[in-house]
Amino acid sequence: MSLECLDCGGKIDIPKDAITGEIITCPDCGASFELVKDEKGFSLKLAQVEGEDWGE
Amino acid sequence: MIRWEEKSIIQAAKEKNINLQLMDAKEFIFDLDEPNSFPHVVLQRCVSYFRNLHSTAILESFGSKVVNSFYVNWITGNKLFTTLLLKKNKIKTPKTMLSFEMDSALKALDKLGYPSVIKPIIGSWGRLVALIKDRDSAKALLEDRMHMFPLYQVFYLQELVKRPPRDIRCFVIGDRVVAAIYRISGSDWRTNTALGGKAVNCPITKELEEIASEIVKLLGEGFYGIDCMESKEGLLVHEVNNTTEFRNTVPATGINIPGLVVDYLKKLAKC
Repeated sequence: MSLECLDCGGKIDIPKDAITGEIITCPDCGASFELVKDEKGFSLKLAQVEGEDWGE
Repeated sequence: MIRWEEKSIIQAAKEKNINLQLMDAKEFIFDLDEPNSFPHVVLQRCVSYFRNLHSTAILESFGSKVVNSFYVNWITGNKLFTTLLLKKNKIKTPKTMLSFEMDSALKALDKLGYPSVIKPIIGSWGRLVALIKDRDSAKALLEDRMHMFPLYQVFYLQELVKRPPRDIRCFVIGDRVVAAIYRISGSDWRTNTALGGKAVNCPITKELEEIASEIVKLLGEGFYGIDCMESKEGLLVHEVNNTTEFRNTVPATGINIPGLVVDYLKKLAKC
């Protein structure tokens, strides 16, 4: 399965074991998205890449 | 948010026939006046420090055993608190000073000498960690920070340790060191892999094991990334990471960190 990048329109392959909330990166433009699953299947949502208090 | 790390832990749990329940902090409503039922053991992986700290406080108050605990979160999420704990317990760490105003910070830097390093007390991935080469740069940088959120006006100033262009991250699961990597600087003086630092396997030495053992005595068992710098005085601990990332460590060391994390959680669930 693949989805269209919301930024560049490139093809993003969705892994078979994908789960909702997973971060996916467009191989063409490098934009990051969060996978969201509903009854229609997976879709992409723009992911927050970094917050002020993010990290390890 | 599910990064490589979380996905690999989910995968490891599946392989070990362990049913993980995923909890998304973004969707949570914690009603503090109602009885809540949370899992007996929770692995905390919130990428946001404040969500991490506050959700851990709630989970613990409702009886969950959280890896890592609120106390560990509170201490290790703040560089000053970590440094105080290390110094109090005679664990070697870089010379550090703290001040709250520009003039006092400049005096502290005069004492530390240039170049020195300024770090936000809360923050990760090398964000806003800056090398201050001279007094003029210090003035400019501190003036900027005086216009930032108050958190950045707590000036945590540290000597620039003479070290090779790398540091060491040592991974502790439970009470033992399971892996270590050198983080070799890329194009930046900082070694964070988020900034292009390269991960290379590092042998687990007796000194690393002793440091880790001291830190586990202070913080309790858990899942930590302890950062050390090689200096002529031996290893200096400069940070303990609470929600440590390991995507670069697994291929560099060949150690199955997600599998070991799951084994540790399983052990805790039986206690």
